Amino acid sequence: MPEPKALPFSARDATCPFDPAAELYELQEREGLPRVPVPSPIMGEFEAVELTRYTDAKDAMSDPRLQMGFVFDPEQPRTMMNQPGNLLNYNGADHRRLRRMLTSAFTVKRIRGLLPKIEEIVDSRLDALEAAGPGADIVHEFSTPIPTLVICELLGVPYEDRESFQRRAKIGLDVNTTREEQIANLAEMDAYMGRLVAEHRRSPGDNLLGSVVRDFGDQLTEDELTGIGNMLLVAGHETTASMLSSGVALLLQNPDQLAVVRDDPEAVGDAVEELLRYCSPAIALPREAAEDMVVNGQWIEKGERVVTSLLVANRRIPGAEGDLDVLDVRRTPAPHVTFGYGPHQCLGQQLARAELRVALPALFKRFPTLALGVPEDEVDYRTTALVFAVNKLPVTW
Amino acid sequence: MTLKVEVDEQRCVSAGHCVTSAPDVFDQRDDDGVVHLLDGAPPERRHEQVREAALLCPAAAILLRERDGSA
Repeated sequence: MPEPKALPFSARDATCPFDPAAELYELQEREGLPRVPVPSPIMGEFEAVELTRYTDAKDAMSDPRLQMGFVFDPEQPRTMMNQPGNLLNYNGADHRRLRRMLTSAFTVKRIRGLLPKIEEIVDSRLDALEAAGPGADIVHEFSTPIPTLVICELLGVPYEDRESFQRRAKIGLDVNTTREEQIANLAEMDAYMGRLVAEHRRSPGDNLLGSVVRDFGDQLTEDELTGIGNMLLVAGHETTASMLSSGVALLLQNPDQLAVVRDDPEAVGDAVEELLRYCSPAIALPREAAEDMVVNGQWIEKGERVVTSLLVANRRIPGAEGDLDVLDVRRTPAPHVTFGYGPHQCLGQQLARAELRVALPALFKRFPTLALGVPEDEVDYRTTALVFAVNKLPVTW
Repeated sequence: MTLKVEVDEQRCVSAGHCVTSAPDVFDQRDDDGVVHLLDGAPPERRHEQVREAALLCPAAAILLRERDGSA
């Protein structure tokens, strides 16, 4: 069986999965822009310009000439890249129109209003962790259920359905699948979400899907509503679960930094920014050049695809203080690109921050003697998917 | 030093950085999350927060005009 493939632009060090692979640092130093082969179940292997420098990454992600470039074609089989409603498949005015139907749910004020609910969910998962007893898996008891419960509540998706939608999300993000598997998986996702959307059409619920149907239902097709729901459901649980697991794993290995997160409520916000910068679990999706262009003196030709390494860009941020290859939760936050940059910057980022800021200190307060249940080098990380994650994180106390 | 702030509502993508960086200067509209400028000429003690908001804004929707009082 061939080795599982990782994406070259999010390749991680074989011994320390939080560090970018050595070749990404080398590319960062090298003049010009390399072209690299990128594996993709949906598109097949394609060649892409690879951006590794922070400034190039930011400029590219905010340049309207670099487009998401996947226009919906109803004649072709549905894939994540050929799906109406998914914001990541739109550019310019079309993108703005759809995004603005959703942004009211993710304002700073609305997310603050969710804090009591998030606290309640975190408390219930801490009870579950305690009941499971020492040796329990943080991923199973804590990191996955918390964002899943939050997004279910927010969107209006039944939590009882989690096993099937979590399984489909994992397949959707797995680089080591076939195009046929992706098409079949998306058909299942669409069938599930389509049923929920139909229920909200009949009787819009008191949640995000319900309010989108109520406020914009006359401007959206069933297809678009389904795509919006799928996008929010996947994006809402996989990435934050990854950050929670990674945050716990890293802080347990750095007890002095764990103490800051546990004991200093004023410091938690900055600490979360540092964890986000350092872990950078998600990728920026490929863009395509709509015309010949120059990014910081470097040529990109019309039609070329462009991929961005957020992971290594975050390790060399001009003007940031200290050694960015070291995790330091006390540093003045560096303006990381973990949530991307430009018009597609993560819609749910304030929700992700809120979940991390509530859940991490609460965990370490409830279990002051928490420790890794396996040696550091035996923690099981997932490095071959579109979203980096921890597969299993046993803990004791 | 005077600092004039302008916002481009069309460009805004509602990421929320401005509200978290400088809550006395920026807010978001309830109905679509778009930036709402509360203070177009904030006092000096807010200038650093406002510069941070402009730096973090992913859509470059915050425009600053700084003028040195002595110049």
